[in-house]
Amino acid sequence: MSCLQTIQDYGLRSIGIGERLLPRSDFTLCEQVTLIGSGMIWNVYFGVVALISGFFLATALAVAKASPRKGLRKPAEWFIFIFRGSPLFIQFFFGYFLFLSLKSQYPMFDAFTSAWLGALIVLYLNTAAYSAEIFYGALLSIPKGDTEAADAYGMTGWPRFKRVIWPTMLRLAWPAYTNEAIFLFHATALVFFSGFPAWQQKGDALYYASYFADKTFNPFVPYPILAGYFILLTLCVVGVFGAVNARLNRHLPQEARRKMRLRPNLIR
Amino acid sequence: MFSFCTDPDTLDQARWLACYLTTGVHLSFYMSFLKVLGLLAVTAPVALGFGFAGAMVARSHIAPLSWIGKAYIAIVRGVPDIAFFLFFVIALDQAFEYLRHKALCPDWDEPIRQGRDFVVCQAAKLPLGNAPQWVHETYGFSLAVITFSIVFGAFAANVIFGAMRAVPRAQLETAEAYGMTRRQTFWRVLVPQMWVFALPGLSNLWMVLIKATPLLFLLGVEDIVYWARELGGTKTPRFTDYPHGDWRMWYFLGLLVFYLAFTRVSEIALDRIMGRLTLGQATAGGEAQRKGAVA
Amino acid sequence: MKKTILTTTALALSAGMVFAAAHEKTIRMGTEGAYPPYNFINDAGEVDGFERELGDELCLRAELTCEWVKNDWDSIIPNLVSSNYDTIMAGMSITDERDEVIDFTQDYFPPTASAYVAASDAVDVTSGVIAAQTATIQAGYVAESGATLVEFATPEETVAAVRNGEADAVFADKDYLAPLVEDSAGELMFVGEEVALGGGIGMGLRESDTDLKEKFDAAITSMKEDGTLNAMLKKWFGEETATY
Repeated sequence: MSCLQTIQDYGLRSIGIGERLLPRSDFTLCEQVTLIGSGMIWNVYFGVVALISGFFLATALAVAKASPRKGLRKPAEWFIFIFRGSPLFIQFFFGYFLFLSLKSQYPMFDAFTSAWLGALIVLYLNTAAYSAEIFYGALLSIPKGDTEAADAYGMTGWPRFKRVIWPTMLRLAWPAYTNEAIFLFHATALVFFSGFPAWQQKGDALYYASYFADKTFNPFVPYPILAGYFILLTLCVVGVFGAVNARLNRHLPQEARRKMRLRPNLIR
Repeated sequence: MFSFCTDPDTLDQARWLACYLTTGVHLSFYMSFLKVLGLLAVTAPVALGFGFAGAMVARSHIAPLSWIGKAYIAIVRGVPDIAFFLFFVIALDQAFEYLRHKALCPDWDEPIRQGRDFVVCQAAKLPLGNAPQWVHETYGFSLAVITFSIVFGAFAANVIFGAMRAVPRAQLETAEAYGMTRRQTFWRVLVPQMWVFALPGLSNLWMVLIKATPLLFLLGVEDIVYWARELGGTKTPRFTDYPHGDWRMWYFLGLLVFYLAFTRVSEIALDRIMGRLTLGQATAGGEAQRKGAVA
Repeated sequence: MKKTILTTTALALSAGMVFAAAHEKTIRMGTEGAYPPYNFINDAGEVDGFERELGDELCLRAELTCEWVKNDWDSIIPNLVSSNYDTIMAGMSITDERDEVIDFTQDYFPPTASAYVAASDAVDVTSGVIAAQTATIQAGYVAESGATLVEFATPEETVAAVRNGEADAVFADKDYLAPLVEDSAGELMFVGEEVALGGGIGMGLRESDTDLKEKFDAAITSMKEDGTLNAMLKKWFGEETATY
């Protein structure tokens, strides 16, 4: 079987398109690269959707945590503490358990026990908590001059937040937020490994990598392939976030921009 | 454990629980908490060492050295730790045994790779084939420490690298003006000042490290999550004196409390360290402390 | 610095020689410890079960010193071939794929039946949702049978999935399921046909370890001949189990 044929058969196997049965003997390098690559679809899906949706919740949480009102601040603080203070392993376990018991009560929760929704929700809450902490730190370090200038223009409420506070917060938080994005993509590898069951052998990159490691009894081929894919993914994330960073800082003079990047703001 | 534990079937609930929680497996479970704490205590300084060395190499003025440092940081950071753990420990173990084999058994004539088997001479085995179990466990534990340190060393290197560049340029120029050599400037001015910039990143790394401990089982160390899963699973009366249903939820709840408490304690400790490091530094935090002292 | 390293190496070397001369090599037996009644961790925290008892007896007959090591199922074969332990006794069925990589002794457990267990007898095992442990021969079989396969990381979770309705049935070794069905008070039951998978359970060894393989093979043969193996099988798997 040629490699092109393999790519046709297994390129989209992880989402159920192509050959129904996985290869079972005479594993070629091409099959391993194709199937593990196909599994990356899930890693990218989990990472991108959780990151984008988590971004909004994180902003809200950060503002709530910085709020002087106790009724807003306390819940946000607890949410962030619980999700940042416990391993993802345990969060997946409780997430799955919770969705199972909800499902037995109300049929509308049917989809929640499958990874595409259930694991996504756990990852979404997890990344929201981590990002919120980063955004909160950035909120506190917004230069006083910026907010004073906004006040001087008579800006209040929503326009003041949207046009002054929020852009500055993002600018300050961006390097650390890039790190969080990298960690989140790495965390997606845990979904099928410990948290949620894999249906019909549709799994993520790590699922296929361990499938091959198990069949060929040789961990030194599939896992480095997996590592290679993730390095590529990380480079993409760094590239995209770098472009956004450049856009966020486009109003600054060249010299100051360079300095921005050097800020040791590596908080996760 | 207790004298009344001879026949669990006859016990009332409180006593049953007391006996259940002190069985041999549970003692292993409690030991695994110490194991995890021990691993963290050893890994943190070693990883910091790796990080410091990595950062120093990455900012070296010799180009190939600096490439090696930067490649280490970029590659290890780019790979999920779980994928790294799945093959790296075996590779590390084989590498050690290969080196020892070369050193200890020069007149060995069989190939080391026989098909898929990796065979070295008896004297090169790590640990030796007749070593007691605790040596094997210690060896496995050290491999885990090294693997963890390499992974987290890369992250630490990234943080320290950034922190070294964040020390105000003027400070270094002052040192040069006093006639210090490059080496003196590095050790006497840059390194002491860098920590305050590195600490926020390093303390976050510590938090991430705490939460990576469930991956220890992949490295052959029986950690708390492994035991919680093992003990919480349904037990039928045929194989245990203490049968019970699926109790994983309660065990995981215990772990959750442990991790949250540990995180909280770490946060408080790190806040204190930060306060001490900020003292007298030319940063916003140091400025605030000075104002506080005056007022 | 260099000198200290040299001395330590020399020390380690001579110490190694002395040890190697003074003692027989200890055979390390790898197992999973999560698959009763084959192997599991007992209340005292030690490896226990059919394979523990059998393995100890085999070592006695082969005049070897043995000790038990736990290892995760996923990496149990890679760790064997890289010599971290010397044998595998973990309810491992002899299959062609595994036989290519490692060697097996003759089987010490007759070809096993795998069976479906469900919460109701109306389940159709060829079209329903079937749970199996990831990367077992049972998982491969279900994938081919046309049923919807759902894989869990541990055997424990596969049974839990049937109890909570995630899966219609679980497909696993019959001997693993039998005690669970017995103790479930009618909640779980066997459904469908039993399927014979694999060629019995044997002890896994490195292909280069032919001496050790011969020793254990001889020990298993002697246990089969004098009936001790059959007695052990009956003790752990009940009177009706297949014997030699």
